[in-house]
Amino acid sequence: MATILAVDDSALMRQMVSFTLKGAGYDVVEAVDGVDALNKAKTQAFDCVVTDVNMPNKDGIALIRDLRSLPNYKFTPMLMLTTESGADKKQQGKDAGATGWIVKPFNPEQLLKTIQKVLG
Amino acid sequence: MAIDMAQFHQVFFEESFEGLDAMESGLLNLDMGDVNVDDINTIFRAAHSIKGGSGTFGFTAVSDFTHVMETLLDEMRDGRRKVTQTAVNVLLGSVDCLREMLQAIKDGDTIDPAAVGAHKQALDQELAHPGQATAAIASASSSTMTQQPRPPAVDNDQPAVIGWTIAFSPHLDLLKTGNEPVRMFRELATLGELTSTVDLQGLPDLFDLDPEECHLSWKLVLNGAVSPDAIDEVFAWVEGECDLARMPIHGEHPAAPPAMTIPAQDAPRPPLPASIPSDGKDAKKDDTKASGKASNSIRVDTSKIDTLINMVGELVITQSMLSLIGDRFEVNKLDQLKNGLSQLERHTRELQESVMNIRMLPISFVFSRFPRLAHDLSSKLGKKVELKLVGEHTEVDKTVVELLSDPLVHLVRNSLDHGIEMPDIRSAVGKPETGTVTLDAYHRGGNIVIEVRDDGKGLDKDKLRAKAIEKGLIEPDAVLSDKQTYELIFMPGFSTAEALTDISGRGVGMDVVRRNIQALGGNIDIASELGKGSTIAIHLPLTLAILDGQSIAVGDETYIVPLGAIIESINITDDRVNRVAGKGETFLLRGEYLPIIRMHDIFNVASAKAKRLTEGLLVVVEGQGLRCGLFVDDLLGQQQVVIKSLEANYRRIEGVSGATILGDGSVALILDIPGLMRLAHQ
Amino acid sequence: MSDTVLSASKASGQGLQFLSFTLGREEYGVDILRVQEIRSWEPVSRIPNVPAYEKGVVNLRGAIVPIIDLRERFQLGRADYGPLTVVVVLQAIINDKTRVMGMVVDAVSDVIDIEKKDIQAAPNFGARVSTEFITGLASVNGRMVMLLDVDKLLRLDGVDDNDET
Repeated sequence: MATILAVDDSALMRQMVSFTLKGAGYDVVEAVDGVDALNKAKTQAFDCVVTDVNMPNKDGIALIRDLRSLPNYKFTPMLMLTTESGADKKQQGKDAGATGWIVKPFNPEQLLKTIQKVLG
Repeated sequence: MAIDMAQFHQVFFEESFEGLDAMESGLLNLDMGDVNVDDINTIFRAAHSIKGGSGTFGFTAVSDFTHVMETLLDEMRDGRRKVTQTAVNVLLGSVDCLREMLQAIKDGDTIDPAAVGAHKQALDQELAHPGQATAAIASASSSTMTQQPRPPAVDNDQPAVIGWTIAFSPHLDLLKTGNEPVRMFRELATLGELTSTVDLQGLPDLFDLDPEECHLSWKLVLNGAVSPDAIDEVFAWVEGECDLARMPIHGEHPAAPPAMTIPAQDAPRPPLPASIPSDGKDAKKDDTKASGKASNSIRVDTSKIDTLINMVGELVITQSMLSLIGDRFEVNKLDQLKNGLSQLERHTRELQESVMNIRMLPISFVFSRFPRLAHDLSSKLGKKVELKLVGEHTEVDKTVVELLSDPLVHLVRNSLDHGIEMPDIRSAVGKPETGTVTLDAYHRGGNIVIEVRDDGKGLDKDKLRAKAIEKGLIEPDAVLSDKQTYELIFMPGFSTAEALTDISGRGVGMDVVRRNIQALGGNIDIASELGKGSTIAIHLPLTLAILDGQSIAVGDETYIVPLGAIIESINITDDRVNRVAGKGETFLLRGEYLPIIRMHDIFNVASAKAKRLTEGLLVVVEGQGLRCGLFVDDLLGQQQVVIKSLEANYRRIEGVSGATILGDGSVALILDIPGLMRLAHQ
Repeated sequence: MSDTVLSASKASGQGLQFLSFTLGREEYGVDILRVQEIRSWEPVSRIPNVPAYEKGVVNLRGAIVPIIDLRERFQLGRADYGPLTVVVVLQAIINDKTRVMGMVVDAVSDVIDIEKKDIQAAPNFGARVSTEFITGLASVNGRMVMLLDVDKLLRLDGVDDNDET
């Protein structure tokens, strides 16, 4: 089953994402910020990355940019969690190489549907 | 599949309250003259998280409120807004308001809309200078987003849309953002019947082909009454990375039942369901009651858990070894058995220490509320005070943390209110205008000591004495040492404040503070120098749950004396005993006469064996700086005991600090030395 | 009708369940929901300087639980404790706190079902147990059972004095 990297500095968000996706049979690895996520990505191949934007140490957009430069992650789906008013963030994310976004606040069903669409 | 969100409420509240604390200390630490962008970012992120979380759970009042704060902070971190003291104060007030809102939701109470409104207004006003207001507030009113496709727009004049042709030409780099045409087609296929034709024109020669680039494009036909929005949504993520053109296919809608057509504007609007809350009125309707199970949890460093796991591992090994020895035991294995047992004892002790250690929290948990307290109080009083925190990482048992909070607040308030002088008075006596209050925590000899030091005006011995005499608490001719004079403030009914201000507590005096600390097995003392300042020190045992005890026998009863309180045990000889009428018995020990407490007397033990002092033992103990001798029948063993509360199901007994269960299952009382001395005094 | 009676479990429709026990020649009942367990008498550890009817404490699976002697409390005459003496362990709710306490009784009789309508108010006929603790009287198989208010019964002098009743 696919393994997803869930990145968010909020433990609550990580728990919710983990719980939702694991319940559907995915494996989930959590990271607390961009640096943690990048380190984990270098030693494990993830099938998908879901990341918050606002995080300390390295934000979501910088993370996506860095991940794209890794050979294993050229085509990996990477989704940003953005707020509805962050239109500019969406563009920044896309420019950095993000696949798409999920708008916060989201409910777990939406998250699951989106992941299933992306991973097939 | 419905996922129950309530299970996450607990984490949300914990995290949000932590976030609020972080915001508060961040705001307090902001230096107007030299603003640190990272600090503002941290504050911003905390607000952002709370907003996100509350939005997810539908706590719209909270998320709307937080949104305004977030907007303000966003402008500050971008440099579009100057960080001013007013703004910081408004934000601090908002943090308080948020705390109350969250607590109300957690407890299932209603949120006071008036209070929230007032804070929101303050925020809005702040936002309005300089005029970035309207855009921000307008966005605050947007409701939770769920992208739902609107019902197909049926145009009455034209024939219905029965499908779409879509021309989809991804740009070369579409794949490099992890997007995949196949995924999008799959999604389209759920909307209707999809056929696709690929266009290979863009394909270069094989040798020139970069497989990471997308050279293909497609013509798609989607049959079905699909809305254009639904199609756009499928391609929403790749808007800038492709060329997309869609054209509706019109056709005759056979047998379209009239009910299907959405009538024109003049149709009566369906009545709004009653549950839609009217704007602004009932904030509580928006916020569902959270599953408020009061949970008693602590955060533990994972390294402590790892240590624990290792120890349990060693314990298991020791246990299996003993098991093996026991299996086919022969006398020549006795040494091995003894070794194994002592190893078991060692591992058990280490495990116990480890587990106790888990309950240890850094005292910063208690100290954290004081910067805010000091800030608010000193503003209120018009005094300039700097609060210093030392030894914040000093670890204390969790119960101690919980019980220390209130007494410390009382003491700090006292220092600020009665200790530190007004700035002009301070300058007049050559002190810096800004007074200093220091909270210092450190370990000393099995205890934790917390000092509250101030460089204020100190205690006036003469005034204290005069007040005590006036209140009839001491005789006019009483001889008191300096220390004893200072301790007068711990006497019930003593208060030098002319009016009981709200600041120092509504009549909750120092006597209550001391009693509470004594109840924990600790004590409190004062040192002071007139004009220079005062230091109040609270001593508490490091852990409240386990005690090293000495068992003593009084008749048929067994009591436990805390080992830390014992100085020595001696046999008494008559020549060293002194009896003074009305003052009881005392004995001579190294030049000092100490009172004797006959245990069977004050505890009414009928079965006591030793009647004459020379027949029993005297255990010399110390409590709160005073010494005495406990007259007992015998000394039994020493052991570590687990302290159990007597008050949980029963009552507090003077002279007893708790109870423990002995190896044979019986209950033994743990003695409280200061309490025994008080009992004997009566 | 007092709260204790109303809070008792409903066995069937309007029925309530009580554990009945004897003290001397009289029979009493307590709300079955408040009964945690029934134990035989075991030696207590004495507590100094408390009323004589507070016999001491025992270790109940790690918790310290006081044992009250109701006979002594209500001056029904002392009885010797023997192997047949029973301790009924109850949960009292006092000031929103749950307290576990044991009371020594002569013998436990039965679990009885009583219809709410069959409970009469306790007249002040000078019962041995003060009527302040009695929530009602019921007649069961020709016997009179006095129903007790557990929370009031287990109030401790000097601890629970200043609460509202």
